[in-house]
Amino acid sequence: MLVDPAVVERVLGSALSRGGDFAEVFVEDRRAIGASLDDGRVEELSSGRDRGAGVRVVVGETTGYAHTADLSESGLLLAAEAAAAVARQEGGTRTVALSPSEPTRPYDVTIFPEDVEKARKIELLARADDAARSAGSAITQVSAGYGDSRRRILVANSDGVLVSDDQVRSRFSVSCVAMGDTGMQTGFESAAFTVGFELFDTVDVEEIAAAAARRALSKLSARPAPSGEVPIVLASGSGGILFHEACGHGLEADHIAKDASVYVGQVGSQVASPLVTLVDDGTIAREWGTFAVDDEGRPAQRNVLIEDGILTDYMWDYLRARQEGRHSSGNGRRQSYRDLPMVRMTNTFLVDGESDPEELLAQTPHGVYVAKLGGGQVNTTTGDFVFGTVEAYLIENGRLTEPLRDANLIGNGPETLRRIDAVANDFATSPGTCGKDGQSVPVGTGQPTLRITGVTIGGTAGE
Amino acid sequence: MSDSPNGAASVDQLLTIVTRIAEQARPGEELEVYASRGVETDVRAYGGEIEQLSSASSAGVGIRVVSDQRQGFAYAGTLDEGAIAETLAEARDNATFATPDEFLGLACPDDVAPASLDLWDDALSSLPTSAKVDMALELERRVRGGDPRVRQVDAADYGDMAAESAIATSTGITATARRTICSLSVSAIAGEGTDSQTGVGFSAGRGPGDIDADHAAADAIKRATRMIGASKVKSGRCVVVLDSRVTSTLLSVISSALSGEAVTKGRSIFAGRVDEEVACPLVTIVDDPTDARAFGASTHDAEGLACRRNVLVDAGILRHFVFDTTSARRAGTASTASAVRGGYATTPTAGCRALLLSPGPLGVDEILAQVGEGFFVQSVTGVHSGVNPVSGDFSVGAEGLMIRGGVLAEPVREGTIASTLQRMLHEIIHVGNDIEWLPGLAAGQTLAVDGMVLSGA
Repeated sequence: MLVDPAVVERVLGSALSRGGDFAEVFVEDRRAIGASLDDGRVEELSSGRDRGAGVRVVVGETTGYAHTADLSESGLLLAAEAAAAVARQEGGTRTVALSPSEPTRPYDVTIFPEDVEKARKIELLARADDAARSAGSAITQVSAGYGDSRRRILVANSDGVLVSDDQVRSRFSVSCVAMGDTGMQTGFESAAFTVGFELFDTVDVEEIAAAAARRALSKLSARPAPSGEVPIVLASGSGGILFHEACGHGLEADHIAKDASVYVGQVGSQVASPLVTLVDDGTIAREWGTFAVDDEGRPAQRNVLIEDGILTDYMWDYLRARQEGRHSSGNGRRQSYRDLPMVRMTNTFLVDGESDPEELLAQTPHGVYVAKLGGGQVNTTTGDFVFGTVEAYLIENGRLTEPLRDANLIGNGPETLRRIDAVANDFATSPGTCGKDGQSVPVGTGQPTLRITGVTIGGTAGE
Repeated sequence: MSDSPNGAASVDQLLTIVTRIAEQARPGEELEVYASRGVETDVRAYGGEIEQLSSASSAGVGIRVVSDQRQGFAYAGTLDEGAIAETLAEARDNATFATPDEFLGLACPDDVAPASLDLWDDALSSLPTSAKVDMALELERRVRGGDPRVRQVDAADYGDMAAESAIATSTGITATARRTICSLSVSAIAGEGTDSQTGVGFSAGRGPGDIDADHAAADAIKRATRMIGASKVKSGRCVVVLDSRVTSTLLSVISSALSGEAVTKGRSIFAGRVDEEVACPLVTIVDDPTDARAFGASTHDAEGLACRRNVLVDAGILRHFVFDTTSARRAGTASTASAVRGGYATTPTAGCRALLLSPGPLGVDEILAQVGEGFFVQSVTGVHSGVNPVSGDFSVGAEGLMIRGGVLAEPVREGTIASTLQRMLHEIIHVGNDIEWLPGLAAGQTLAVDGMVLSGA
């Protein structure tokens, strides 16, 4: 236990002493190691620890929050007092009795990163550097990054919840620069999972490096992307960012409660092509957005958001669920103990369809094939979203022809989801970092190969 | 010990801590110790009530060790003495795993005196929480009541922070810094029928006397209401006029290609191009953290050298990059005192703090009149996914208004604008005189760029 449960009970009691409806203590102890190689050298090995607790008090529609790095009882009580300042009632003590619960662990780590010698982590970087540079003499720069983190949390609240989680994550990434006649191009590839060092039993760093290098090299001969509306085929894996942006954020209950989403009032309505079944699932072993309990102490769960094109539900945290008299869907997350939790996605993905990915492509006379997407962004109120390509090709007569330079695509959520006319059966996932209101959390995305009949692509070439 | 910055005595205490650790350097070892602490208050109003009130304080230390030309780093989110000792041991251990780099090293004192800058407003520390709450509530009220087409205010925020930091090295550097920031930010949703559009307004300064709720409210309302009825536009090449906030974003992207770190590693469109023409003659780019009006103003850089004014592009000619100590040594030059860091948990790197384009003669209305026909960009999206400072490819989502007959006309949504950074710098046709100091590392002003492709339907 990060903090003695008896202390937590007293802190919760104090947090409610001014008449709050709900109080919560969130304790976090996070250790992280990062190593980076750049320009042929291991530049840096960095390690650190952040530890602290946040206390939340909810009174009516108002939330008070304070945090501290001092985990002693006096430190926690000071934070409780500060958080309780939003409640105005005088004096009074409340007793909180906690009932500990043991969540289902989605995965058992076999090699904790802190048990692995630093030298073994460093060695991965050198292997990746060699592999990327051997991909071709046009590769002029390589950087590689290794990172692991162990985040232990304890969540307790005035409903009696007392639960802990131990989240271990490992990641590896490579980015390359290639130089050609028309200038420089970049390529990036990463692997990131909620696992320990055993990640490298199944993930080959040389393959990651080769993929990054190949991506940079392929773009050396790339021509500018077209401009205007074109049919798009999204390769399986990184295209999941489309759903994260096109509807995921718009299905977060905080946006819904404030009428700041195009999906307000749409439950039960057709919001996407019947080929679309979208799930947010924090329980999937190993995935980047997976955990046993969320940052409000609620077990992760599988939530079907869209079924056969019909909107079935939004995603909920404690606060928004309470306003609607229902339970949280296990989507209450926060970046650290310094932050208030809010509605966040976990692993959001489109489930497999029935098409064969190769046939799907062959049946696309012209358009753009997006082999890999970068990041994206959405305005949930208008539904307009963008996502950027980092590897794309022109489709001519059902075949991939020329590589294209990077460009953003822009679409409108509901409109784009209705334009999905083919979904293949080659599901794959991809890790990402999701930013919302200044907080970043790890998320998973995923999808099989699919086709959209028209999306606006922002290249510079005329159609 | 208090976790809160509370005046000059407090930052001296921080300096004492870092100096004591830096003095523990062993023979042949260089040590850099950085510590910071800060307090923040954030208030969000919604529906006439306080939705959230957070008060936060944080403190931490980051230690960099250079020994045998190798660097190690460790940090801890506390100023606890025992934790700092562990952090030092960890940083030393980490250094043994790095590859030797002959150019690696910490900053050494030079002869440049720090600018005299007042970045701290005492009024903030005496401002009661109730006044902060009132400002957030009032901001929301003004936006809700400001225009009948405003349907919703999804966030009306007051925020402030007071932060202080100290750095000491075994190479003789000692420096302290402290600053305050106070801001209002509001997001309005305006609409008619089924059409909803959004606009964000803000006002920021060093203290409560610098922030203006009317300005923030009017800006949010204007931006949301003028987009009502927006539709997609036909694709084509045209002149785009960038709103000052968009220009600030563009400069921030360009700044990463002006980093000496990126240049020495062959990761910049500007690598190897010093003294060449990289932009049209209208373009002069200066990074000047000694200008107190800039939000990134600072007396010292993240390695403790006195900040200075650096001319990077002069009338279109690339003159210099921004360097920290190590990237400068690698390039065979001196640091420009441009080390920046994201806080105690990261190591310094080279970067800009206070970029400004030298203003031209015209304001926004005159620029629109001169341009005649084109597209005015109110906001952009997807900058992190659509702009590549290595290849120069530029493609971002854009919304705004068409320019017809020299004035703003119908609104446009779901468009993109695209070009390359190289080409855009050559095709700048007007730099506005309407400098707006914005939070972030670059000021804003109206900018007109020719030859961009606007994509839509």
